[in-house]
Amino acid sequence: MTAPVVVTGIGVTAPNGLGTGPYWEATRIGRSGIGRISRFDPSPYPSRLAGEVPGFNAEEHLPNRLLPQTDRMTRLALVAADWALADAGIKPAELPEFDMGVVTASASGGFEFGQNELRALWSKGGQYVSAYQSFAWFYAVNSGQISIRNGMKGPSGVLVSDQAGGLDAIAQARRQIRRGTRLIVSGGVDASICSWGWVAQLTSERISTSEDPDRAYLPFDREARGHVPGEGGALHILEDGESARERGARIYGEIAGYGSTFDPGPGSGRPPGLRRAIQLALDDAGMVPDEVDVVFADAAAVPELDRIEAQAVSGVFGRRGVPVTAPKTMTGRLYSGGAPLDLAAALLAIRDGLIPPTPNVTPDPAYQIDLVTRARPASVRAALVVARGHGGFNSALIVRAPQAGGV
Amino acid sequence: MTGRRVAVTGIGVLAPGALGVKNFWSLLSEGRTATRGITLFDPAPFRSRVAAEIDFDPAAHGLGPQDVRRMDRAAQFAVVAAREALEDSGLHDGALDPYRTGVTIGSAVGATMSLDEEYRVVSDGGRLELVDHTYASRHLYGAFVPSSFAAEVAWAVGAEGPASVVSTGCTSGLDSVGYACELIREGSADVMIAGATEAPISPITVACFDAIKATTPRNDEAAQASRPFDATRNGFVLGEGSAVFVLEELESARQRGAEIHAEIAGYGTRCNAFHMTGLRPDGAEMAEAIRVALDEARMTAEDIDYVNAHGSGTKQNDLHETAAVKRSLGEHAYRTPISSIKSMVGHSLGAIGSIEIAASVLAMKHDVVPPTANLHTPDPQCDLDYVPLVARDWGTDTVLTVGSGFGGFQSAMVLTGPERRTA
Amino acid sequence: MNEIFTLDDLRRILREGAGTAEGTDLDGDILDAGFEELGYESLALLETASRIEREYDIALDDTALADARTPRDLLEAVNARLRASAA
Repeated sequence: MTAPVVVTGIGVTAPNGLGTGPYWEATRIGRSGIGRISRFDPSPYPSRLAGEVPGFNAEEHLPNRLLPQTDRMTRLALVAADWALADAGIKPAELPEFDMGVVTASASGGFEFGQNELRALWSKGGQYVSAYQSFAWFYAVNSGQISIRNGMKGPSGVLVSDQAGGLDAIAQARRQIRRGTRLIVSGGVDASICSWGWVAQLTSERISTSEDPDRAYLPFDREARGHVPGEGGALHILEDGESARERGARIYGEIAGYGSTFDPGPGSGRPPGLRRAIQLALDDAGMVPDEVDVVFADAAAVPELDRIEAQAVSGVFGRRGVPVTAPKTMTGRLYSGGAPLDLAAALLAIRDGLIPPTPNVTPDPAYQIDLVTRARPASVRAALVVARGHGGFNSALIVRAPQAGGV
Repeated sequence: MTGRRVAVTGIGVLAPGALGVKNFWSLLSEGRTATRGITLFDPAPFRSRVAAEIDFDPAAHGLGPQDVRRMDRAAQFAVVAAREALEDSGLHDGALDPYRTGVTIGSAVGATMSLDEEYRVVSDGGRLELVDHTYASRHLYGAFVPSSFAAEVAWAVGAEGPASVVSTGCTSGLDSVGYACELIREGSADVMIAGATEAPISPITVACFDAIKATTPRNDEAAQASRPFDATRNGFVLGEGSAVFVLEELESARQRGAEIHAEIAGYGTRCNAFHMTGLRPDGAEMAEAIRVALDEARMTAEDIDYVNAHGSGTKQNDLHETAAVKRSLGEHAYRTPISSIKSMVGHSLGAIGSIEIAASVLAMKHDVVPPTANLHTPDPQCDLDYVPLVARDWGTDTVLTVGSGFGGFQSAMVLTGPERRTA
Repeated sequence: MNEIFTLDDLRRILREGAGTAEGTDLDGDILDAGFEELGYESLALLETASRIEREYDIALDDTALADARTPRDLLEAVNARLRASAA
């Protein structure tokens, strides 16, 4: 039996709330952060809604020297990491450097920083490219900057598997703790709401063109028409359960199980891999489906993908066998930040005995899932988070309530 | 699942001047260099105009016009290398169990060539602040999120287990294979198609390294431009390429009678938590990564026969690395040959760690240590045995290969020959 | 041309390209303060040099840059180039 790995701190930067408190307050009552894009003029484009993190002023939170060398996603990530550490009651300077690591997911890197430098290159010339471009846009930047800011020299890493990456990172953090590292900062934050990032996202052909923030992102609804992209995400403090208990840490929950699969190639005729990922996560946790009290869905809002997810969930848990929710309809899909934010919601649902809603959606009965459209009080002992990435990445993670008397 | 070990049973390599494993070893063992003036675009406006490029004809490697349109050059490299590795392992033609086979591909800068070119088009040469979506390729999303590299490889080999891209800067190629080993050891997969790829020779990448003077301006001596550990070194030479491996759980590989090229005995990664591009001169974090890798391999410094260096050829790196190797191997560092193949194939960022693993496995296979080309003027501060210019016959059963990257990542891997640890 | 690169020009470019470290008063007497002491490492100086080169249309050589330990050193190096290009 391997020792449990637990979450002791949460840091959130979400479109419907900056900070864990504001995010959860909005999420539990179904208040959305989706609106018309303000970070650039979206009028030339067929899609104009996004989930933007409100009121984030990096200067208030970060040293001035960091600003010229960081993309928005890195600034958000650094602040989320600070908040997660504070929430966990951890002062990194007091712990051995090699006992702390950082494992994040990334999807598209610092795309807005890259946009500005590409523009400088092509409009003015190579000598106008910033000395910080060599790292400010790349996928490893958040892990690197968080490790530097907090003096964390332990095993670190970066995984890229689109929206599934957020769970893959958490699972990798758990592996490193099991191998002997005491604490890992893990999760993901992305922010690519810039003109260039927007055009790239549009080519997925999965972005809703609705102009109505309440009708744009409707997974499992007959009117599903794609998703709304967002920015932000969450970082978590994962710790070895034993040492967390010894220091008297407040424990949100245990990372109990994880599974990951990849869909077969197009046209193969083989079944999709999502159900298998869920089953692997259950097996890994040593749990049976009945022990899971809520599913945080991937919620693609593309009819074919919704059908696959509904079938995977009902295949494992039975028809309408488990409450399903998708609070990401209030934030948009956050790429590598999406699943870590769902993990935050799952941990808070466990804490408060409340399943947050999927507002505005009228579930299509054909899917035969119990979609939670209004916040539902419930005893939540374990939650499943599902995340899928473009191209066929499927990941599933189970988080379990802390056991009485510690874990 | 304790006690599961990881064997390398297939190798595929695409390196500058060397398509395929056989050609790659010829280039290394003959000490030839593949660095030259950049031909992939007009480098005239840039400070550093040399690179190690691949003369790559996708059609000759079985890629169709649609594959080429859909995939970034780096993804094409990875698919070609993965196919060579799979064939080499004997697991082609439906012999893989899809559910028990995963994919990890390392890359530091993703689809940077596609992004650079796409941006140029949708911004109309940088003129438009709001870029024009009507000119965007419908495959742009696959460049936006480079997990598409892992997806392409998974489709090419028919893998349906865990799949991901690992992106830890210039240690991606080591970390991707290290990650794959962990998945096999814990039982999440029995076979991993693992490696790395990079095709970074684009104007934006060249410009960003120009801006920090990390690449060499030795443009008039392109073939001798990459000079790791030499006193005259003044920056690295950008490269491109891919190496992909078939990794298998050792027992099942033996049972099916596979040829085992090597075993991955240990791996470690640490961060310097110091600077995004800078290195502390003492090499303490790389030394710690080496210690972790040796511990996992249950070996000591004296077991290492050859150190395959990061050896990028920047002033700072080569000193840092020399310090790290001394710090971790002690007196044994002075007795152990150490060399940098970046002197020949350049520095392909996220890919090079995997390409160096391939070189390490081949060094054991042939009992030959590849040389550090262009090392004519020893740097008194780099005082180890860097195997200058000419390959050396050397009984090599155990190799330590190391990497160092932007973001502060320091990684190390210990590989052993198939005979070494039959116990 | 008779352009002179002043300490105020340097202050502005440092602020734009590299920001200001906590506890550093760039408006103070910094002429002979070490860049490291002011919170600027090699990357910040590379970015600063690159901005100076673009704005003043000069090329600073690598050694002059590497040898500049203080604002005074950098001002001298830049003004030497400006005089050379005006000559």
